[in-house]
Amino acid sequence: MTSPLEQKKIKITGPSVVTANRTSDGAVIWRTANNSWSTDLAKAMIVRTSDDAKALWAEAIADDVGAVGSYIAPVELDANGGIKPGNLREQIRVEGITFDLAAV
Amino acid sequence: MPLVRNGHVVADRFGRVADDAPLPADGAVLIPADRFLAHADELAARGGDVGVIWPNNRDVEQLAPHLGRLAMVALVFPAFKDGRAYSQARILRERLRFQGELRATGQVLRDQFLFMQRAGFDTFEVKKPADAEVFADVVKRYSVFYQPTGDGRTTVFRKRLARVGAEPVPAVKGAAS
Amino acid sequence: MYAYDDLDRTLIQERVNEFRDQVKRRLSGELTEDEFKSLRLMNGVYLQLHAYMLRIAIPYGTLSSDQLRMLAHVARKYDRGYGHFTTRQNIQYHWIKLAELPDAMADLAKVGVHGIQTSGNCIRNVTTDQWAGVAPGEIEDPRIWAELFRQYSTLHPEFSFLPRKFKIAVTAAEHDRAAIKIHDIGVRIYRNSAGEAGFEVMVGGGLGRTPFLAKTIKPFVSRRDILSYIEAILRVYNQYGRRDNIYKARIKILVHELGIEKFAREVEDEWQEIKDGPLALDEAVIADIRSRFKYPAYEKLTDNPPELKEAASDPRFEAWRRNSTFHHQVPGYAIVTLSLKETGKTPGDATAEQMDAIADLADKYAFGEIRVGHEQNLCFPSVAKRDLPALWRALDAIKVATPNVNLVSDIIACPGLDYCSLANARSIPIAQEISRRFANHETANLVGRLHINISGCINACGHHHVGHIGILGVEKNGEEFYQITIGGKADEGAVLGSLIGPAVPHAQVADVVEDLVEAYLDLRLRPDELFVDAVKRLGVEPFKERVYATR
Repeated sequence: MTSPLEQKKIKITGPSVVTANRTSDGAVIWRTANNSWSTDLAKAMIVRTSDDAKALWAEAIADDVGAVGSYIAPVELDANGGIKPGNLREQIRVEGITFDLAAV
Repeated sequence: MPLVRNGHVVADRFGRVADDAPLPADGAVLIPADRFLAHADELAARGGDVGVIWPNNRDVEQLAPHLGRLAMVALVFPAFKDGRAYSQARILRERLRFQGELRATGQVLRDQFLFMQRAGFDTFEVKKPADAEVFADVVKRYSVFYQPTGDGRTTVFRKRLARVGAEPVPAVKGAAS
Repeated sequence: MYAYDDLDRTLIQERVNEFRDQVKRRLSGELTEDEFKSLRLMNGVYLQLHAYMLRIAIPYGTLSSDQLRMLAHVARKYDRGYGHFTTRQNIQYHWIKLAELPDAMADLAKVGVHGIQTSGNCIRNVTTDQWAGVAPGEIEDPRIWAELFRQYSTLHPEFSFLPRKFKIAVTAAEHDRAAIKIHDIGVRIYRNSAGEAGFEVMVGGGLGRTPFLAKTIKPFVSRRDILSYIEAILRVYNQYGRRDNIYKARIKILVHELGIEKFAREVEDEWQEIKDGPLALDEAVIADIRSRFKYPAYEKLTDNPPELKEAASDPRFEAWRRNSTFHHQVPGYAIVTLSLKETGKTPGDATAEQMDAIADLADKYAFGEIRVGHEQNLCFPSVAKRDLPALWRALDAIKVATPNVNLVSDIIACPGLDYCSLANARSIPIAQEISRRFANHETANLVGRLHINISGCINACGHHHVGHIGILGVEKNGEEFYQITIGGKADEGAVLGSLIGPAVPHAQVADVVEDLVEAYLDLRLRPDELFVDAVKRLGVEPFKERVYATR
C-alpha cells in the first residue's frame, strides 16, 4: 500500500486499472474503455501489459480537468471475470472505511 | 510573454543578451549574472541601461557594489513553488535600497502577483496572457495586510493603533464588560 | 477568547473570494492541477483516498460556541455528519467536494473560521497548550503570542513558498503541554533571572522520516525582538533550506547539516540587519492584542461546593471527576477535559450532534469557550466546580465523558489508511481494538498515565516517535505491519522512543500492547512509577523479552 503516486516506471504484475479522483467532488473513479470515467469498478478497463497500462494512464493524465491524482492500480479477477480491488488500499477506496462509524 | 508594469502590459525595453552573444551597440540590455560581474565596468562605459538576471540560489548581496549602475535586476522563480526570490527581492529593496526596476521572471502566475508586489517587484514577466490582463484587479484582492514589508502599506497593527473612535470590541458571552 | 475585528474578518472574506475564483478556474480548466495544488493546499484542501479532505484551523485550539456550531453545520451540510480533531489543534472533514468548498468556507468565514495555511509549504497553525490562560503556574497567556504569530504569518508575502511546511508552537508553563520540542520553531515564555518576561527560542524539531528534537538557538529573546527574530530564522531557512529533495527540506535538516552554532550565527547576522526595523514590537501593539482577548467574569466561588459533596457518592461521577477535571488558576473553578476517546470509536472524532450539544453546554457552563488539545480531546477551560455534577450528566449523555483521559485508552491516532492517501497501514482499527482491551476503568487506572500514539505512515501525524508507546504502520509484502517503540515523551523532557523489535502484524498489535502493559505492571517499583519512567529506568530489554518471547 505504498503510495502509488510515487510510481515512475510502469511495470505491472497482473491485471490493472487506472484510477483517480473526480476533480469536482473527489469521488473515486476508474478509467473506462471508451475514453471516460466511471464510479463503478466493474466498468473499468483492464490492462494486462505495461505498454497498455502506460497508454491508458497517459489518457487519464490528459484529462486534467475531469480527474486528479490518477495512477495504475492492481486488480484481481474472480472466476466470473468480475473485477475486485487488488490490495487493501484499493479495497478501501471501493468499499469505504473498514469500520462501522455507528457501532461501538 | 507579456510584461506587466504599473498595472498593465507594456513593451519590454530590455533586450536579453545570451552569455556569448555580442552586445548590441545601444539600447537597454539584460545580462546573465556571471557575464555582468565579469564586465561590469565595460557595461557601464557602454552607455545604455543595464539589467542583470540573478539566479535564485546566489546571494543577492553580491550585487550591492553594482546597484548604482544597474537600471534593472531580474530575479527568477524557476517553479512558482520556489520562493527564494521573495527574500532576494526584499533584501534588494529594503536593505540594499535598490531603486531601479525589480522584475519577476520565470513561473509568474496571477496567484503570486500580490506577494511579489509586496516583496518589492514592480515589473512582471507573466507566464499567461490571461493573467497579465487581470493584474490590476488581482493586486486589489486584499485590503488587509498583517506584516510590514517595504511596500509602504499600513499594517493591521498600525491601523488599529491609529484608529480614533474605533469600533468597540464585541463582547464575549459572560465576559466582564 | 480573541475577538476578531473588521480587519481580521475582512481578510478572511477576501481569502474566501480569492479561493472561489481559484476553484472556478480549476473546474474550467484555466488552472491545471499542478498550478492549483499549492493554492488549494494553502487553504487546507487535500486530496485523499475517498474524497477531498478539508483541514480547518482552530488558532491555538480556541473556539467559541458559535464557531463550534458552525463546524457542526459544515459537517452536516458539506460532509457526512462528523469531523476529526487533529494533533495540531485543527479539525478535518474527510468527504468534502471541491465544487462546494467555497460555500463551506464562506459559511465558516461568518464566524471567523478558515483553512488558511493549514497545509502547503508555509507557516501552519500556531499551536499552544489547551490550558492556556487557565493553567496554574503559567506566567502569561501564551495565546496572546500565538495570536501575534498567527497574524504575522498569515499571507506572509515572503514566506508562502518555503522549502517545506513550517510549524510553530508556544508554551508558557513549566510543563510543556504544547510539545514545542517537536516543532520547527518552539517558543517557551519564561522570566529570566532579572524578572524580565521573554522567550527561549528553539529550532529544528520535527518528526517524520528523520525525527529531531528542537535545539535552543537563542536562550532569551525579548518581547520587543521576537517577531524580527522569527523573521530572521525564516529568511535563512527560505534561502538555504534544501529544495532538491522533499525528504530533506525541513528546517531540522538545515540545522542538522549546518550545526546549531553555525545556524545560530547565520540567523544572528540576518537579525542584526532587521532587529530595529518595523517588526520591533512596542508595548502598544502587544497591549492591543492582549486587549482583544476577553476573559470570563469569574465569580468568587468555594472550592468545595455542596453540589460536589453530594455527587461524591456516585462512583461514576467520582471516577470522571478524578480523571477528567483539573486544577484551575481561579478557586472554585476547574478545567474539564471532554474525552473524544469512547471505547471502540475513532479517537478525536465528534459528530455534528455532539458538537452542537457541546456548544450548548459551553454556553451554559463554560463561558462559551471550548479548547482543542493536541491529544485530540476537547476541553472546557473554565467550569464552576458546583456545576460539575450537572455538566457530567450532560456530557455522559452525549458520550464525551469516558473517564480515560491520559490513560492507556486515551489514544492519539492519525486517520491512517482508512482515509489518507499517504498511509501504509490503518491506524483507527488498531486504536479501537486497544481501547476495547482496556475498556475496564479499574484496569486502566491501575496502569496509570500511558500515552499511546499511532501513525499510519512515516509522516508521523500521530506523533508516534514521542509516544510512551509508539506504533508505526508499515507495509510488508502487501500486508499491514507495525513497528513498536517505547519510552518516547513529547513534553519538556522530550525524547524519541526506542524500537523494541521487528514489526508485528496487524492482528497482534493489541496483544503486544497488553504484553507491554503486563511487563510494566510486573516491573514497576511502585504504582506511581509511570510506564514511561519504568522504561527509562529499565531500558527496552525486559519489555522486548516479554513481547518477543512467543513471537
